[in-house]
Amino acid sequence: MEKEKLTGEQIDSLDGILKQRGTGSENAVGILQDMQAKFGYLPIEAMQYIADNSNVSAKQLYGVATFYSQFRLSPVGKHIVKVCHGTACHVRGADMVDTAMEEYLGIKMGETTPDRQYTIESVACLGCCSLAPVIMADDTAYGHLDRAAVRKAMNKHKMDTKAKAEQIS
Amino acid sequence: MTNTNGFHKRIVVGYGSCGIAAGARDVYNEIQKSLADLGEEVTLDITGCNGSCHFEPIVEVYIPNQPKVSYGLVDTAKAKKIIESHVVNNVPVDEWTFEKGEFSEETKAFTSPQVKIALRHCGFIDPESIDEYIATGGYEALKKTLTGLSQDDVINQIIASGLRGRGGGGFPTGKKWQLAKASASDEKYIICNADEGDPGAFMDRSVLESDPHAVLEGMVIAGYAIGANHAYIYARAEYPLAIKRLIIAINQAKEKGFIGKNIFGTGFAFEIKLKEGAGAFVCGEETALMASIEGERGMPKKRPPYPAVSGLFGKPTNINNVETFANVPWIITNGPEKYASYGTEGSKGTKVFALAGKIKRGGLVEVPMGMSITDIIEKIGGGTSSGKPVKAVQLGGPSGGCIPKEYLGISVDYEELKKYGAMMGSGGMVVMDEDDCMVDIAKFFLKFTQNESCGKCTFCRIGTKRMLEILERITSGIGTEADIDLLEELGQGIRSASLCGLGQTAPNPVLSTLRYFRHEYEAHIKEARCPSKSCKALITYSIHTTNCTGCMACVKPCPVQAITGKKNEVHLLDIERCTRCGVCSQVCKFDAIMVE
Repeated sequence: MEKEKLTGEQIDSLDGILKQRGTGSENAVGILQDMQAKFGYLPIEAMQYIADNSNVSAKQLYGVATFYSQFRLSPVGKHIVKVCHGTACHVRGADMVDTAMEEYLGIKMGETTPDRQYTIESVACLGCCSLAPVIMADDTAYGHLDRAAVRKAMNKHKMDTKAKAEQIS
Repeated sequence: MTNTNGFHKRIVVGYGSCGIAAGARDVYNEIQKSLADLGEEVTLDITGCNGSCHFEPIVEVYIPNQPKVSYGLVDTAKAKKIIESHVVNNVPVDEWTFEKGEFSEETKAFTSPQVKIALRHCGFIDPESIDEYIATGGYEALKKTLTGLSQDDVINQIIASGLRGRGGGGFPTGKKWQLAKASASDEKYIICNADEGDPGAFMDRSVLESDPHAVLEGMVIAGYAIGANHAYIYARAEYPLAIKRLIIAINQAKEKGFIGKNIFGTGFAFEIKLKEGAGAFVCGEETALMASIEGERGMPKKRPPYPAVSGLFGKPTNINNVETFANVPWIITNGPEKYASYGTEGSKGTKVFALAGKIKRGGLVEVPMGMSITDIIEKIGGGTSSGKPVKAVQLGGPSGGCIPKEYLGISVDYEELKKYGAMMGSGGMVVMDEDDCMVDIAKFFLKFTQNESCGKCTFCRIGTKRMLEILERITSGIGTEADIDLLEELGQGIRSASLCGLGQTAPNPVLSTLRYFRHEYEAHIKEARCPSKSCKALITYSIHTTNCTGCMACVKPCPVQAITGKKNEVHLLDIERCTRCGVCSQVCKFDAIMVE
């Protein structure tokens, strides 16, 4: 995409991020985190805009963006479901949770549903080991999962997000 | 809080990540709704994690002038009943309480061997209220430090306590402070390492979620001791609740003047900033962590110079982890002798362990150093969740090792664990039973370190990849006898030729399982057999013709349609199609799925 593709509103929000985080190179990680929170991923033209308007070089931004597993360079679903593969989850059936999630959403790990609602990914450890196996849908963890509980957890997450959306509107 | 003599009735819901995952949010909402209908003034509060994750959601009821009553495994229906019976009519529902109910014995077994120092407030106070922290003596240690102790006094007390780094390294904390104090500089930094990345460890998350002020207080004390005025907390982004509560706590401490300029009128100034990690395990290594705070890729640097001399932004820096800081205020308040009265010759005080895996009562436990692993697992944890014998215990995460059941009598002590090929690490303790394949566990950890290797050192970057390939061959049944020697050779090479702790310890899970479970490796290689029936390439599923009742429960769930059959007739399993995912054995209620 071309640099000109950024809308005025997007430029405003990037300026806002720079204003809040500061333009020094030590803020690279935080700037990218805010950008990702805003866009859902890191659009290359937005990174170029930051590089042009701060003391963080394009080289550093790209280097940081590709080093940390949190950052994504392509768009993802509105909701992200992380399947924990920590030690405790591993010995208590994380592979089975993968299968159940893939089946429930009809996509493979790391993929996004065609309606761009859900992305599923496998992560190292969510730190809820005593509830293993665990998933985290957005910011909520669901534990003690088996096949049936995965479906239940996902249905509940869908309901809760719907209720939240209605509350806001 | 433990005050039971307040004017109001009070209900407290355990609201840590574990509690929420177990359903505490629904329980909280239900109670809120019931209370609104009640018309009576009842306070509803939250608290952090008290460690009994296996009993979450937990609800506590305080009635004025009566002892506290705690309920475990509460759901919305139980919550409703508790309000009706206990809160309104003053009749506790005894059968669900920790004190009298069916888990009273288990609760006693779980809690009585523990000594809570780092976790002293966890599950007792509202982590989002600084007033509750202050009411339990919070920030008194800071006051004592700033108004009555010299920098050297503080350092000497920490040295005398015997406290060692709880993040894994085990370096004496007081000595570390002494080195940082000795470095002359106009600016110094304190860093709290809250980048808890070991899979299987969650002590730091729980402390941050349940008692964030204890960590902040420890940091300010450390800052005074070494002469630093700036601090960073580097927290994992995967811990959203911990981050939220840290932000609240920092703001509250600023408002009360425990952080900021002129603390307690002494002229001492201290500020704390929060940095969120971005998902890189290597950033738990101190030089990588500092690179990350500086906005760079988190790659380790050569030491020396050590951070105490040249650390963050080139200035002298002292880094400790969450649990270490949480111990500090307690030591200042209660005295180093009291702390050192717990533990062994070389390992003083207590250690928090995250008890997980195939354990009956999992959760967060804090025990005096020197307790045996068996006591932790059997007495506190209640043995395995499956009822099968323990096979091994994994300690220290990807840097640690597996201790086999023969040696579980050894005590938790930095040196002793090292002698047996494991390490204290940050405190993950994952229990494994006979169904767990040790080659698979080694492969699991290596996959993790391989994935997290930053790529700077060749041995770590490529060596771990080659080791992983070998392990994949072995678990697929196509390993050769030379593979074991090759694993050992590569392991030694990676250990000696990597710059940082991640690489140096990456081979440990393989080397320790080779040391104690060589026969399992050999069974995979020589007989193409997985003794634990866990490695998918080496097992086959079949249907037990007598046990199968033809209930069809397994037919639909099979993702590859490998099972066919009619109602009330024995089903058929097509092993050519079967992907050995295990779904059928999970849904079968008649033990009719066999694994060979």
